[in-house]
Formats: sequence, structure tokens, C-alpha cells
Amino acid sequence: MENSKTYKERIKRHTPKTNLKKTLPTAFLTGGALCALGELMAGAVRKMGVERADAYLTVTVTVIFIASLLTALGMFDKLAKYAGAGLSVPVSGFANSVTSSALDTRREGLVLGLGAGVFTVAGPVILYAVLSGTLFGIIYYILKMLGVA
Amino acid sequence: MNILFSFLIGGAICAMCQMLIDLTALTPARILVALVCVGVLTYAVGIYEPLFSEAGCGVSLPLLGFGASVAKGVREAVDASGILGILKGPFTAGSVGCTAALVFAYVFSLIFKSKSKVA
Amino acid sequence: MREPIYLREPIYIKSSAAVGGKREGMTSLKTGFDLIDKTDLFSMPSFERAEGEMARLAVNIALKKCGVSHEELSFIVSGDLQNQCVASSAGLFSFGAGYIGLYGACSTFTEGLIVGSSLLSLGRGLCAVATSSHNCTAERQFRAPLEYGGQRSPSSQWTATASGAVILTRDKCDVMISALMPGKIVDGYTKDKTNMGAAMALSAYDTVRTFFEWESPDEYDLILTGDLGKIGTSLLYELISENMGSRAEKIISLHRDCGNLLYEGMSDMHAGASGCGCSASVFVLDALPRLKSGEIRKMLLMSTGALMSAGSVNQGEHIFGITPLVKIELSR
Repeated sequence: MENSKTYKERIKRHTPKTNLKKTLPTAFLTGGALCALGELMAGAVRKMGVERADAYLTVTVTVIFIASLLTALGMFDKLAKYAGAGLSVPVSGFANSVTSSALDTRREGLVLGLGAGVFTVAGPVILYAVLSGTLFGIIYYILKMLGVA
Repeated sequence: MNILFSFLIGGAICAMCQMLIDLTALTPARILVALVCVGVLTYAVGIYEPLFSEAGCGVSLPLLGFGASVAKGVREAVDASGILGILKGPFTAGSVGCTAALVFAYVFSLIFKSKSKVA
Repeated sequence: MREPIYLREPIYIKSSAAVGGKREGMTSLKTGFDLIDKTDLFSMPSFERAEGEMARLAVNIALKKCGVSHEELSFIVSGDLQNQCVASSAGLFSFGAGYIGLYGACSTFTEGLIVGSSLLSLGRGLCAVATSSHNCTAERQFRAPLEYGGQRSPSSQWTATASGAVILTRDKCDVMISALMPGKIVDGYTKDKTNMGAAMALSAYDTVRTFFEWESPDEYDLILTGDLGKIGTSLLYELISENMGSRAEKIISLHRDCGNLLYEGMSDMHAGASGCGCSASVFVLDALPRLKSGEIRKMLLMSTGALMSAGSVNQGEHIFGITPLVKIELSR
């Protein structure tokens, strides 16, 4: 009978690979276009007298809002099917993960369903942001004490 | 000029992640986590700020921006309140994106339902 | 030793029915479906409930077709893809017949035929065998939320939103089940839940090899496997041609796969169809009519299943494959 190694090699041989020639350019173009549009909007917001940092936060919130709405309307996954990482890597993908798991868990209740559901993807992202942020804080604090930073 | 940089840098980050998704077993959720950590790192070593001033949304929209704003919050908090700032900081500047995503997700899921995936 | 079990008296297929969702209504088999619901909800409040409702509808239609009332049904053997097999229990509770819930992943329909026909051969009465699967519930449970925007891997299979049901009896009808063989649990040597065909191909090969140690492929007109899809099928062919010598060519020429048949010719279906509603509906819609018309006289139905849970895969466990078998032939 077939052993683990030979069968794993067989699987590798028979499984088609994703066509990078198609996925890479679309991810580059859509991701780039989203960022360029964001930049355009940031410029417009700054012209209205908003300071730089807040202007970019306004763009982030807008992208989150639109991605979340498109997810709720059932349109985000159709766009992301073509755009791939172009939409799933920017903050739009984060918003989509949070909203899509919220939509799916809503029927299981507002507390343990939706309440826990929103964190299935947001949770890990927030956790690791906080962990690495804290680690950075410790290092920064020590360096500051030593007078390096 | 900023717009062109945004396009190029943002596009490059997305293309790089696409390659990671396609060639490795990394799922998009893991990529998001990795990007956030890389965001903290790039801020910590001081390359995020110069990149951000050139490319703006090109680095702030990919989840790098979230990590960087967490790190920024930590730095400002440590500067203001010393050791306690390490714990005060993470949720300050990074709060905007998180809160927005959670609130919108909550509200929309009260109004809408998941749909069947047949075109 | 695993060997085919030959029933002392054959069990007959009295009637059958299949229902499907929107995508199934776009397939080349669409005209055969007894009912298509373009909303995929089957008038239920959730996709989870719809999965069980499909099984209820399929059994109901199959009973109606042969003029049998609910009260005459002795027991139902059924299964689905939801946790703890809950779709079937919710969907079929209204029948008031005996009930046995099975879980064999996508192999459940063949498993159900094995359990139903062997129980029936101990006594008398009528038995319904039904399985159902729903794309939306399987996506949620095994992969990602429905509205999650990701790209499907080229090796992934699309869980069919469908149910198939047959009514079994000891009274003579055109088509009969004459032998059966439970599947063996075979290590699929993969942890990749987007490559089910690869996880199941080795078990399908094991069942083919074991069965043809007892019989000759020359007697058969069709070998119908469950949901191997494109990748599983090509793996199975390679294993058969390398190891089964002179019989390999014959076996491969008789082989068809439900996962390839259901969405044949449709774009964007990657490696094909899956789900325990797939082999049930393809058997009912494609194989059964060809048996009845005499186009084929003797066939093997071997639905393949990938045994795993979302948790087991996350914990790094291998996916196991299972391939039970029933021999089905024309009785006239």
C-alpha cells in the first residue's frame, strides 16, 4: 500500500497551482488603485482644514465603512474574488472579515453569537497588535531609560 | 506625486501578500496578523514615518497602518506617563480602525443577512 | 478481512427523488430535479434549516411517486454535513417513522444504502435513505463566513446544495441492491481542507482494489465514485494504472465521478462538486434512470467521504478518507 511520502508527492503533482500571472497583477492594480483613491480623498479632506493625521484616519474609516457595507450587501466577496489581496490586505479586508463573521453569527444571539463572532478575525489582529505594541513599549521604555532613544 | 507613490507602494504590498497567500499555506487572516506585527516593527525601527510621508495611504491602508498607529500610541503614552504608558498606549491611536470596524459590523449585521453564494 | 457482503435476498429501490438549489438548477441535470429552489432557502428561515428541509422534501416526493403514505414508512436513514447531524433530525422529525442518523461526510448516501438495505433484509417494511448538504452551511462550518472575500483555491470543491432520497423495499422492483461493502478508514496524508479529492482518492482506490479481488470488472457497466472531483479522479487513475495491471484500463473506462458530473461544463467550479447531497442526487438523476432504461445493467456506487472537522484540521490532524460500496443492478 501507498506510504505517506509517495502519496504526498502524488498529491503535489496532481494539484494545480494558482496562476500567479493572473493574481499578482490584479492584486497590484486593485490594491494600488484603492490606496491611490484613498490618497486623493486624504488630499481633499486636508483641503477642508483637517490636520494630516486625522485626514488619513478619515480615509481609513471611510474604507472600513464602504467595505463593511458592501459585505453586508453581499457584494464584497464578488469583488474580492477578482481583486484577491488587493482588497483583502488593506483595511477593507479587515472590515470584511469582521462584518462577514458578524453576519454569520447573528442568528446565534446578540451576545455569544454576534458578540463573540465579530472577534473571530478581529480578535487575532487586535491581540497581536496589542502584544507587539506592548513589546515595542517595553523596549522603547528601556532604551529611553538608558538614554538611547 | 504622493498619489503615484501610494499606488506603487500600496500595490506592491498587496502583490507581495498575494504571493504569500498563493505560494504558502498562509490564510488571509494570518497575513493580516503578520502585517499588523510588521507595521509595529516598521514604526519601531523608524521606517514607517518616512514611508508614510511619501506614500500616505499606500502604507496606512494596508494593515501596516494599524500596527504603526498602535506603536505610535505606545510611544506617545510612554513619553507622557512612563512605564504605565506601555499598557496605556496600544488602544489609543489604534482605536479608530478597530472601533469603526466593530461598530459598522454590529449595525450592519442587525440589518442584513448573509446571502447564498450562487451568482 | 474486508470483503463484499452479498445479500441473501436483494433489496429493491422502489422510488427516488432529488431536490436542489439555484446552482444545481443551472446544471445539465437540472431537468431531472423534482424541485429546485432558486433562493436556496426552501422557505426556511436559515440555510441550516434548509439543509434538513431538503431531505424532508426529497423523502416526501419519493414517497408520493410510489403512492406510499408517511404511516407506511418504517424507518429513515439519513445524514447531512452539519455538526452532530442536526439538519436531518430537525428536517425529518415530522415523519413519525424510525430514524437513524449517519455521518460519513460526502460518503453518507452509500453508507445509508448499506445500513438501510441490511436492516431491511432482517425484516420487512419500507425504508427511506436520504442525504442532504447545503453549500452555505458547509462554507460557514468548514471554511469561512459566507460573505468573506477570499479566492477559492483551484483544488477546492463546491459543496452541492442538494438532497437525494430513495425508498427501499423487499418487494420486487426494477432496480436492486445485491451486495455491499463498508468503507475502510484510510489516511489521506493531507491536512489541506481545500483539497478533499486528494484526501479521498486513496480510500477510493483501496475500495476498488479490494472489491475487484472478488469480482471482475468485465461484468460491470458503470463504476460511480462519490466526490473525488478532478484531482481525486486523476490520483485514482494513476493509482489504478500503476497497481492493477491488466484490469486497470477496463476499470478506468467504466469510471465516472459524481463530483465531476454534477457541475460538468460550468465555469468557476474548480475541482468539481462535493457534499453528501452530490452523490445522492447524481445517483438519483443520472445512474438510476440509466439503470431503469436498461442502458446499464450493473453498477457500483462508491460515495467517497473526507472525515474531518474544522477543529481537527486546525489541530494539524490528517484528513481521513472513506469509501463504502454498494452493488446495484437491474433485476429484470
